Amino acid sequence: MTEVTTLQEVPTDTGMAREVLMNLGPQHPSTHGVLRLLLQMDGEIVERIEPHIGLLHRGTEKLFESFTYTQIFPLTDRLDYLCPPSNNLGYALAVEALLGIEAPLRGQYIRVIMAELSRISGHLLITGALPMDVGAMTSLLYTMRDREMVLDLMEMISGVRMHTSFCRVGGVREDLPEGAEARILEFCDIFADRISDYETLLKNNRIFLARVENIGNITAEDAIALGLTGPNLRASGVDWDLRRDEPYEIYDRLEFNVITRKDGDCYDRWKCRLDEMRESLRMIRQCVEQMPAGDVLVDDPKIAFPVDKDLLAHSMETHIHHFELAAYGFKVPKGEVYQAIEAPKGELGYYLISDGSEKPFRLKVRSPSFVNLQALTERTTNMKYLADVIAMLGSLDPVMGEVDK
Amino acid sequence: MGVLSHSMQDSVLFTTADDIINWSRKSSLWPQTFGIACCAIEMISAGCARYDLDRFGVVFRPSPRQSDVMIVAGTVTRKMAPIVRRLYDQMAEPRYVIAMGTCAISGGVYNTYAVVQGVDCIIPVDIHVAGCPPRPEALLHGFLQLQEKITGSRVLRAEPDALPSAERA
Amino acid sequence: MTEIPLGSALEQFSNVHLDETAADMPCLMVPPADLLALCQFLRGEAALQFNFLSDICGVDFHPEAPRFQLVYHLVSIPNHWRLRLKCWLGDPPVAPTVTSVWTTANWHEREAYDMYGIHFDGHPDLRRLYMWDEFDGYPMRRDFPLRGYKDHMNPLGVERRRNGGGA
Repeated sequence: MTEVTTLQEVPTDTGMAREVLMNLGPQHPSTHGVLRLLLQMDGEIVERIEPHIGLLHRGTEKLFESFTYTQIFPLTDRLDYLCPPSNNLGYALAVEALLGIEAPLRGQYIRVIMAELSRISGHLLITGALPMDVGAMTSLLYTMRDREMVLDLMEMISGVRMHTSFCRVGGVREDLPEGAEARILEFCDIFADRISDYETLLKNNRIFLARVENIGNITAEDAIALGLTGPNLRASGVDWDLRRDEPYEIYDRLEFNVITRKDGDCYDRWKCRLDEMRESLRMIRQCVEQMPAGDVLVDDPKIAFPVDKDLLAHSMETHIHHFELAAYGFKVPKGEVYQAIEAPKGELGYYLISDGSEKPFRLKVRSPSFVNLQALTERTTNMKYLADVIAMLGSLDPVMGEVDK
Repeated sequence: MGVLSHSMQDSVLFTTADDIINWSRKSSLWPQTFGIACCAIEMISAGCARYDLDRFGVVFRPSPRQSDVMIVAGTVTRKMAPIVRRLYDQMAEPRYVIAMGTCAISGGVYNTYAVVQGVDCIIPVDIHVAGCPPRPEALLHGFLQLQEKITGSRVLRAEPDALPSAERA
Repeated sequence: MTEIPLGSALEQFSNVHLDETAADMPCLMVPPADLLALCQFLRGEAALQFNFLSDICGVDFHPEAPRFQLVYHLVSIPNHWRLRLKCWLGDPPVAPTVTSVWTTANWHEREAYDMYGIHFDGHPDLRRLYMWDEFDGYPMRRDFPLRGYKDHMNPLGVERRRNGGGA
């Protein structure tokens, strides 16, 4: 058990030694998971914040080195557990880069649809949770109701609500079911109005605005120094989005705006995510319209299971390949790659070193929430009271599964 | 259990009282808001509009001192284990534990240096809800099973073994 | 790929080499002594402007020697460039900190310390990050067992060797 950190000498306004070391413990409704914050407080004013993480450290990276490349997909799901399909996508792209293959076009479109749906589901949770943390409890119930619609779509496509593990190296596990496109477009129609509802609920609410406007300001230069990415970076005015600036999959065929805002306060980060949901809806609509017919998994028996399952009954060779893939996995040529994608929380990077075997030599996950959480410790202004810390934490949107790996 | 002294132990007299006490306990199980990992998201979904837990009397309480049941939702790491134990100790009796998800039941897929292989290494568990993560309906089923477990429990009546041997049939 | 004008960096730092074996981005091999100066140069030089540190990754090549390696991933946001830096470390591994160049390096270096035991000179607060403070050993090292060492809460662990933890 960690010991209590000693109080540091921090000059206070009053000059009187009234500091208290307070624990915003791992069990707390507003810490968004098992995060322990040690707060050095002078009355109600927070002098210093020291996050203690690692309470959900499960040894994922060491486990990566013992699993085959396909077995790793369920582990990547559990990193950012609000948006599992995004994590799968990043990892699949990293392995495909080393193998030198590309998923077929239809497979790429399906992966992007799943990634954008997961972006909506992840942003929905924080769009409801931040107002709930500062007191507007209705918001969470509305957004979770709509999140159920997204989870229904995920269940229809992949069979699982969360932890889809739907991507495979070389594409996706199987094609969309009958009627999936129609249901996705129906969701897009319903959901567009709902986003406006959330905005209307809160954008003129004086109490909400007083709690989040001009709180936790981060300038653009500080945001870059801190390594922030995703909506946290764009809310501070830095126009950097990997989907547009380093496009992967079929993002270069889609038209979308990159949402940036100016002030970098909690309200801007919240609003950025809200507007990004609209852009995600646009992208999903375009994907459904543009999606071609065809294979969804690369047609290479040494890497992926056969697309035509009937072959398993007729062809001995297919059968043997299938057996080898299932029992041993495929080998990836020696090399290294750093593949970054724009996950809902920010830049999710996978640094993969392969030694030529069927298990990775080293797979490091650059998780955006791990870096975003550092904004609590330094370089953030206008974060004076304990209540501001709660608002700041909610606006940074950390997911502890990703922070602790 | 068995609150009353031996001279007044009589199963017939206190059956109804026990029933009423058990009914009131099972109908207002208040859990702590204690979600650790991914299962916490499904727990939140179970508490929200579609799979409403409130209709079962389940109201989430922030403080362990005010709660009856602790839903251990997620992987318990060795760093987190003393905290889980402390939270369990802070709950007042009668208290129950639901281990939600395979990580809480047995460590799940994480058989590593940092993960406790099952929260029952630390605290006694009443109900195990399997799944990774269990669907909200599975958690609801877990609550119903906990209610069934509470229904049969003896509060005022003594356990049969506690009765003096002359009175045992 | 090498549209990045690294000529000035290679001229100024004679011990730094360009390595183009990786297909995705160029890589500079830098000895630990030159690491801090090179990072300051890469960030400060107007033609380069690598103002964003993506990731610091530790790698253990046990039982090969040199054993430890630090891999830095840099981004130049104005120019849309990516660059990798690799630094071979001895055993025990010691490297200079780059927190004065990029603030974000703070936690990345703490993680590398916690997981590999790489000591960063000049780090403002080098403590364990993921594991608890009394933990013995560095989990990501290749000689540390996956299941950890056996104790009352870890019945499936490996028996602890007499010469201490997996450090």
